[in-house]
Amino acid sequence: MKKSKIFWIYIAVALVVYAIVELLIVNGQLDMYYSNLFITIAINIILAVSLHLVIGITGQFSIGHAGFLAVGAYISAIFTTNLGFPFPVALIIGAIVAAVAGLIVGIPTLRLKGDYLAIATLGFAEIIRIIFLNIDYVGGAAGMQVDYLTTWTYAFFGVLITIIVIANFTNSRHGRACIAVREDEIAADAMGINTTYYKVLAFAIGSFFAGLAGGLFAHNFFIIQPSQFGFLKSFDILIYVVLGGLGSLSGAVIAAILLTVISLYLQDFPETRMIIYSLVLIIVMLYRPSGLMGTKEITDFFKFNKKAKGGKVNE
Amino acid sequence: MEWLQQLINGISLGSIYALIALGYTMVYGIIKLINFAHGDVFMIGAFIGFFAISRWDLGFFPALLLAMVVCALLGVFIERVAYKRLRNATRIAALITAIGVSLLIEYTTIFFRGAQPEAYPNVVSSKTFQFLGAQISMQSIMILSVSIVLMLILQFIVHKTKIGKAMRAVSYDVEAARLMGINVDNTISVTFAIGSALAGAAGVIFGVYYTKIDPLMGIIPGVKAFVAAVLGGIGIIPGAVAGGMVLGVVETIVSALGFSSWRDAAAFIILILILIFRPSGIFGKNTREKV
Repeated sequence: MKKSKIFWIYIAVALVVYAIVELLIVNGQLDMYYSNLFITIAINIILAVSLHLVIGITGQFSIGHAGFLAVGAYISAIFTTNLGFPFPVALIIGAIVAAVAGLIVGIPTLRLKGDYLAIATLGFAEIIRIIFLNIDYVGGAAGMQVDYLTTWTYAFFGVLITIIVIANFTNSRHGRACIAVREDEIAADAMGINTTYYKVLAFAIGSFFAGLAGGLFAHNFFIIQPSQFGFLKSFDILIYVVLGGLGSLSGAVIAAILLTVISLYLQDFPETRMIIYSLVLIIVMLYRPSGLMGTKEITDFFKFNKKAKGGKVNE
Repeated sequence: MEWLQQLINGISLGSIYALIALGYTMVYGIIKLINFAHGDVFMIGAFIGFFAISRWDLGFFPALLLAMVVCALLGVFIERVAYKRLRNATRIAALITAIGVSLLIEYTTIFFRGAQPEAYPNVVSSKTFQFLGAQISMQSIMILSVSIVLMLILQFIVHKTKIGKAMRAVSYDVEAARLMGINVDNTISVTFAIGSALAGAAGVIFGVYYTKIDPLMGIIPGVKAFVAAVLGGIGIIPGAVAGGMVLGVVETIVSALGFSSWRDAAAFIILILILIFRPSGIFGKNTREKV
């Protein structure tokens, strides 16, 4: 089958899923509790997929993703609540500002490698959080009142756009360049790939979608506080990508869905939840360091096209 | 003499960072791993000291020693169970495992005793001295003298003993050290033991000085101590001490100038500046990357 045809089949399937859920919500079969669960899953999928582009595809170990989530959340909340912009416009502005923040953070830090990069991104995320903590305009530590605007429709189309853009990016010339950077930065450099450009590009795209998720996240609660965007939020996002498999988009999606549902059931026992999360992290790293899916995609299991895909790691 | 007062406060804080940073820098120097769980070993040390002093009525020094021993054992246990298998794994895998271990220690502690903070008993007399117009508390002197003694002991171990020589050899070249008959596994375990013992001591000192401890207290000092280690040049022992002191003084100055809510950001801004302009740290040498 032709590739474009497969693409439209996936879109059709996705729209059917959307329509079913939307119908159930409108008819009242799914109450607030479940529609909220679906929205939370969607937000976490966007976060997981955007971090997947940075860590899984480009191989840049960033553990400060919550910082960009915070930028998107606060900026979009300011635009809807304080300035009265319509929600979709605010979402896009939030995402763009987050992408700019990603550029500002990325250009100096992406010169670093491995551990240093991880710590620097963590540091930047903390700085972003402390900035919001100290701005009285957004309520400081007490937090900011936000209108409840996120619906399943916004959340779903957010996920759809994120996955389409990132999947297409990965399979494009730019995506292959990013994979080359992940595999061996020096070799990629020698092959004429502008490694800094692609690292920053991937980082900015990842930040853009984290900002989009931030806008949805902010308007899914009635209040946002800087303490929601700390280290632990970054680690939450990290575990989706790691558990799903570094380099597997569908793995990240599956892990985000699984862990969101699990943590919903464990929400009355936050300690138990974190103990399970940390044990999962350790055990996965010790016994299956490539994560559940490795670099495979779920579509690799259906043999639509036998062409070898980019992004296999020999580890 | 306001500035002298701040300088002394800064050095007290800095010596706590320095003690934690020593563990980071030793472990990083030997196996190139950022031991994220190090900050939590520091937290465990603070709690052991707390129980020793308030429940078992031990004095400050026995409590300090007990915390150091327990933390050393904990450090070796973590190394043997989690990190040892990852010697040949990718850096990212090791880093994620370290984050996992860190979260596991934090939340297991919360699971068993709850997240509420604990007030440290007052064991060191709170007498203060006047010195050139600055108030110097007995506690500051105590912290400083304990830290200096521990650092001197460490310096002695690293430079004058056989195990210290083995540690230096392993951090220089693991394979060559192994060929020379050095037991690399034991040397790494000893490094973890010493580093964790210092973190445990820092925990007790922190508790005595700041009087409030809780299960998540290790995260921020842990990350800041890492900043201190990077600032001084990671893998270099005197660098960690210098980095810790600089960081402590800078933070105290930022607080004294009235920006206390920006205090945590100061450490990270220092980190980012140092990473961008001099990634090898104050004491480090520039090394070129080889293919």
